[in-house]
Amino acid sequence: MRPAAWIGGVLLALVAALALFGPLVFPRDPWAMDGLPLLWPAEDPAFPLGTDSLGRDLAAGIASGAWVSLLVGVSSAAVSLGIGVTLGTLAGFYRGRCETLMMRVTELFQTVPSFVLAVVIVAMFGASLTTIILSVGVVSWPASARLTRAQVLQVSAREFVLAARALGMNDARLLVRHVLPNALPPVISVGTLAISNAILSAAGLSFLGLGDPQVLDWGGIIHEGREQLLDAWYICALPGLAIMLAVLGFNMLGDVLIDRSQPRLGP
Amino acid sequence: MRQVLRRALGALSILVGIALLNFLLLQLAPGDMVDAMVGEAGGATPEYMAELRAKFGLDQPMFVRLARYLGALAQLDLGYSHRKQAEVLSLILDRLPPTLLLMTAALSIALPVGTLLGATQSRRQGSWLDTLLSVIVLSTHALPAFWLGLMAIVFLAADRGWFPTGGMTSFDAPADGWDRALDVLHHLALPALTLANVYIAVYARLMRSALLELKGADFIRTARAKGLSTERVFWVHTVRNALLPMVTMLGMQIASMLSGAVIVESVFGWPGLGRLAFEAVVARDTNLLLGIMFLGSILVTLVNLGVDLLYSVIDPRVLARGAS
Repeated sequence: MRPAAWIGGVLLALVAALALFGPLVFPRDPWAMDGLPLLWPAEDPAFPLGTDSLGRDLAAGIASGAWVSLLVGVSSAAVSLGIGVTLGTLAGFYRGRCETLMMRVTELFQTVPSFVLAVVIVAMFGASLTTIILSVGVVSWPASARLTRAQVLQVSAREFVLAARALGMNDARLLVRHVLPNALPPVISVGTLAISNAILSAAGLSFLGLGDPQVLDWGGIIHEGREQLLDAWYICALPGLAIMLAVLGFNMLGDVLIDRSQPRLGP
Repeated sequence: MRQVLRRALGALSILVGIALLNFLLLQLAPGDMVDAMVGEAGGATPEYMAELRAKFGLDQPMFVRLARYLGALAQLDLGYSHRKQAEVLSLILDRLPPTLLLMTAALSIALPVGTLLGATQSRRQGSWLDTLLSVIVLSTHALPAFWLGLMAIVFLAADRGWFPTGGMTSFDAPADGWDRALDVLHHLALPALTLANVYIAVYARLMRSALLELKGADFIRTARAKGLSTERVFWVHTVRNALLPMVTMLGMQIASMLSGAVIVESVFGWPGLGRLAFEAVVARDTNLLLGIMFLGSILVTLVNLGVDLLYSVIDPRVLARGAS
């Protein structure tokens, strides 16, 4: 195993542990104002990472943010992959008008600044976890659609697919049994990077004040902490480090997976 | 020439598509323009609301509204921002130059720094330096831009006072001349570096892999065989060829850079399009937001057309391949 693989794995395990066991280690309600306001980290042992301007426990907030980030990252990537793989498969397998149309729409989505589109969608439809997940997913599918199309095109031209077709296999079975299992591995690897992009986008939305007001997430803590940036910079610094660890973890793992699923040819 | 025309036509059809997307969003979103206006005014009778809808043509069938919407966009009439009491187009055009300045500055930092990093890595492939640079590039790539900007404000601007904490000019800035340019440059430094950070990583990785792929290429062996020095072959022949895919990336990255500008400008109060988008979000100004998105897309399309043309000048094979 390459070192990048296990470093990435360890980082993700850390974030997942924070999400799963954080509420046990820091049992305080992240919304409860039960400390002195603006305690610095390690100033009071009861609040290891300090408190924000309302006296809320920052450690509990960051643990709650880990859960939200993972949820939003994975769900958005799933939405994005779902749309991308479906459209890419149809385009690559059936070609013709279907393909032309998809390539056009892909181009369209690659022209619109995607984060701006996500901002527009969330601002228009209201900020909730659902709209955030959908908007981040909807603006990021073109990459996976293009890759899926290219992969399906390539695999469909292989002999075993022709043979299966010659044996009279119908399209649906052909796709599910032969084409997709061979076409999708690189798409899934790239999907790992989609998770980290989604985490960054969702954090950006929350930072702009477009986070779900019902949940406490990393971008949201930074958004609120910005008011006291100069006096208490740790409020912004700590959730940012958490974002970095999560994104780094998914990126490193994704890089390794991509390298593995696309063996380099030639020298 | 026909090639150029076809590209332009394709670009136009994409803009029409984006206009359709805007219209679709407006249709799907809860509430319409009249709801927003009435909400702001603090309520109105249903009769008055119906009257308003008739005035703006919102009671017409969908086709008529769509035709009107597209017609207006074709004349670059992006509507009126009731919040800011100004035409959306003029608001956007006012804020466009600072954003262009910011993006150009970020690119002119990211491209050379990324190229240099990637080149260094590929020459020392597998060494500790390669690994170290890889780790640095990966980690900085994972940093959210807004976080980097905030930390830069805390540690480089506020405490040390090396840079201004935000805005584009000082209050007591001279009106014009070199001093003003220097003042703007001083304000530009941190936002540009923050925006550049992401792309330094992107370019470094691209450059590294492009150079490694070129390692065994025939034309490089030829250059070596005719007696050119290693340095010359690397910088003049290999790097130059590896730059080609980066030009393509440049076109694709304008869209993502505009997105990055929204965040960076909101952090530093840089008075550009991104800051305007942030203000529009805070004020729930849908017209303005959609206008920014549409004009942003036009900008991306124009840059892409430019890159296409530039590309065919750098590498004539592209044109020939496209025509066949």
